[in-house]
Order: sequence, then C-alpha cells, then structure tokens
Amino acid sequence: MDAEALKKTPLHALHLELGARMVPFAGYDMPVQYPGGIIAEHLQVRAKAGLFDVSHMGQLRLTAKPGHDTAAALERVITSDIKGLAIGRMRYALFTEESGGILDDLMVSNVGDHLLLVVNAGCKEADEAHLRQRIAGEVEIENLASRALLALQGPAAEDALARLVPDCRQLPFMATAFWTIEGERCFVTRSGYTGEDGFEISIPGRAAERLARRLLAMAEVKPAGLGARDSLRLEAGLPLYGHDIDRSTTPVEAALAWSIAKRRRAEGGFPGAEVIRRQLADGPSRLRVGILPEGRQPAREHTEIRDDAGRAVGEITSGGFGASVNGPIAMGYVERAAATPGQALGLMVRGKAIPAKVVQLPFIKHNYKRR
Amino acid sequence: MSGLKYTKEHEWIRVEGGVGTVGITPFAQEQLGDVVFVELPEVGRKAEQGKEIAVVESVKAASEIYAPVTGEVVEVNRGLPDTPATVNSDPLGNGWFFKIRLADAGQLAKLMDEAAYKSFCEGLH
Repeated sequence: MDAEALKKTPLHALHLELGARMVPFAGYDMPVQYPGGIIAEHLQVRAKAGLFDVSHMGQLRLTAKPGHDTAAALERVITSDIKGLAIGRMRYALFTEESGGILDDLMVSNVGDHLLLVVNAGCKEADEAHLRQRIAGEVEIENLASRALLALQGPAAEDALARLVPDCRQLPFMATAFWTIEGERCFVTRSGYTGEDGFEISIPGRAAERLARRLLAMAEVKPAGLGARDSLRLEAGLPLYGHDIDRSTTPVEAALAWSIAKRRRAEGGFPGAEVIRRQLADGPSRLRVGILPEGRQPAREHTEIRDDAGRAVGEITSGGFGASVNGPIAMGYVERAAATPGQALGLMVRGKAIPAKVVQLPFIKHNYKRR
Repeated sequence: MSGLKYTKEHEWIRVEGGVGTVGITPFAQEQLGDVVFVELPEVGRKAEQGKEIAVVESVKAASEIYAPVTGEVVEVNRGLPDTPATVNSDPLGNGWFFKIRLADAGQLAKLMDEAAYKSFCEGLH
C-alpha cells in the first residue's frame, strides 16, 4: 500500500520524532520498533514500563435505545456473559459466526449507562457493520474514531500513572474508571496485552501526544512498538486475531472456552452455539497449545508440526523469539491426541525437524494486579 | 572499508590470499533488527555464487544468506550461533559468518564496490 494512503494515529508525528521504524499495519502507518530495538523494548516492559500507541484499534460505544437492553443485545453476537458484567468491570469476549468460527476478539467494559468495546484494528469496520446489521434496532452504535488509545504496560506502570492520577493504584485488574488526565476526560482500564500489569487509556486524539510526552518524560517509561507488543503477547500466551484465531477456529479449539460463562453455555443464544456446545461436550478435534522448540532456532507461522512418529498433526500460528524466555517460543494447533503438555513434536523448518514439546501457556508468569 | 565487495542481497566479502571472509552489511543488520539465530554452513561445503548458504533470523523474520562467490567454505565463525547479537553490534568485524576459498576471482567483478553499494542502498529508501 502507498504510504500516502495509510492512516495515521494522533501520535504519528511523535513516533517519527522518536526515530521509530514505521510499517503498514491494518491500514495504519505504525511504529514496529524504536532505535533501541524489539528485544530492549520487550525487556523494558517486563522490568519497568513501556508505552504503546494502540490508537489504531477500534473503540465503539453501545447505548440502549428506549425500552431495550444493551447487554442482552450484545450477547446475541458474542459468547461472553455481559448481563453479569458489573458496572466498572471489563471482560474478554469473542464475536462468533454460525459455524462457530471467531470473527474477532474484543474487550467489553460496562460503564453503567453504556458499554464500551475495544476491537482489533484489522476487524473494526467489519465488526461495526456486523453490529449494525444485528443489533442496531436495539442499540445506538457510535464509533469513537477521534479517540486515541495508549497502553502503559509493565510493573512500573502504576508508579508512572499515579503521578498523574493517584487513584490509579486502587484500580484492580480488569476494572475501569473515568479520570481527568491532561484536562481531558479519559477512560482508563487496568488491562493490556503483554502479561504485565498496566493500563489502557482512551483519550481524545487532540490530547494524546501531550499525555504520551508526559509519560515518556518519566524515568521508568520508554516507547515500545508493535514488534515488542507481538513478542510480549506471545510469551503471555495471548492469541493474535488473524494468526492464532480466525473464522476457521472456534473458541473451544482456541483454548478460549474459559471466556464462555456457564450461563451462556447452558442457554446458548449466540452464533455457532450448537457447534461450540458440541465441542465443549465431546472435546475439539484440535487445540491451540504452547510449543517450546529446543535450541535457538525460531519456528515461524505456518511451520508444519509433526508428532514423535513423524505424522503431521498441525501448524504453528505464531512463532518467534521470547526475549524474557531468552529463546524461541511458539503457539499453534495440534490434534487433540498430541496436545498434552510434554508431548514431543518436530517442527519442520527448511526441511529439517526441530525437536520441540507441548507446554502449558503462558511462557512467563502473568503479573496482573488482582484483588 | 576499502577492499570490501557487496552483493544486492547485502552480503559483504573481503578477499585476502584467495580466501574471502563473508558477512552481512550494517544496512542489512539494521533492516533485520535484533538477530537471534544464525545457521552456518559446514566447513567443506561447496557454495555457488548467488545460492543460499546460511540463514540469519531476527525477532521478526528469517532471511537467507547467499554466497557472494562460488567456492569452498574453509572456516566458519563458530562462536556466532551462541552470540548472534554480534551480527548487530559488529557486522563488518566479529559478526562475520564464514570464509570461502574462491573458485574464480573473476566473479568479484560482478559485485559492487563501496561507492556503488552505498548508492544502491540509498535507492532502496
């Protein structure tokens, strides 16, 4: 795609000023890394704090039309329990289709008089169209396209943000709050995509650069790009839409059945409920697992996976280098019989089988501030 | 840097006494980003100019290294697979990959000199 045709986030000029290497991602010109490099940024987030621009992601507000209920309407297109989501809390959810395949994964926050959704950049137009088609009769759907989204991630994220918002120390994992930051009303959640403690801050685009500069001026905060975001989430065992999950994978196969509450399993009422309930009862034929290659050689996406008898049993969907693990890591789908932790595998890279084994995800311990 | 010759695939070769030392250029390591894995050829392997001979992988992607000339691999940088980041920190020095005995020194004429390679890289931006 022509660089001219790429969209820019409100932090684009700041990325260039910081010396970022820019790449096209989901139609946006985005920083893949800054001059320090992906490994340094990854380790910075695990040790202190990193600031990510995730303004390319979609932010949608759903408000009930008179006489209707937003949670009930949204539940018809996603698998999670939204009726049971308390005010001030956030939850992981999946849009599914009739086949049981995943259309997108998203975060849903209940802020009382409406729901706020954060969806993947690459799916946001389709998600909005899907919502308009399915639930627009009951729900007002607003695209908050003028808002930026900053992710401040790492064990020092709380100390950093507390200088601007002392109350942030009291916000537990997967909770939400509205705070005034830089004179603007911001929507803050204690969440992220790195396996670390941290916050995601939704702020009007006009104030995003000011906030980013305030945070980056703090000793513990450094900028981090999409490269580190990818290696951090892979170590944390978190799937990436379009790679580890898509329309050809179901929530059960993707090892995301934990996100389907008991009531939803019992009642159904979401696209693909029949397929998903059958897989929950009988077990899926294949499963997303963590894969640890032996040695130093990374095995990338689309690498064929064989079992210890040399039979093809699956494919890697994300693979690379885990900077904190200090070695190659991967995830992928294998037949259920080969999905037990400890199972020996061979990863076919350039004609040779790299020995590997199935491991429990995540590769690193999650460092969330639960209460 | 005089005496170095360059390929369009961003390898460099420095020839002394009929043996060429091969590595990847500062431009290449910069484009790759953090190098995390290097696969070297075996000593004694016959290499053909322009054909795949080694592999370098960064956090982001895998890339092939192509032989800048035809010949026989006579030595490899044994320490490199254990310290792949040397490719980033010292691409023209300790980050070398292998040494190759040239079959035909005339092939060097097909490669770029410093000035030609510099303008080639500028053309890629």
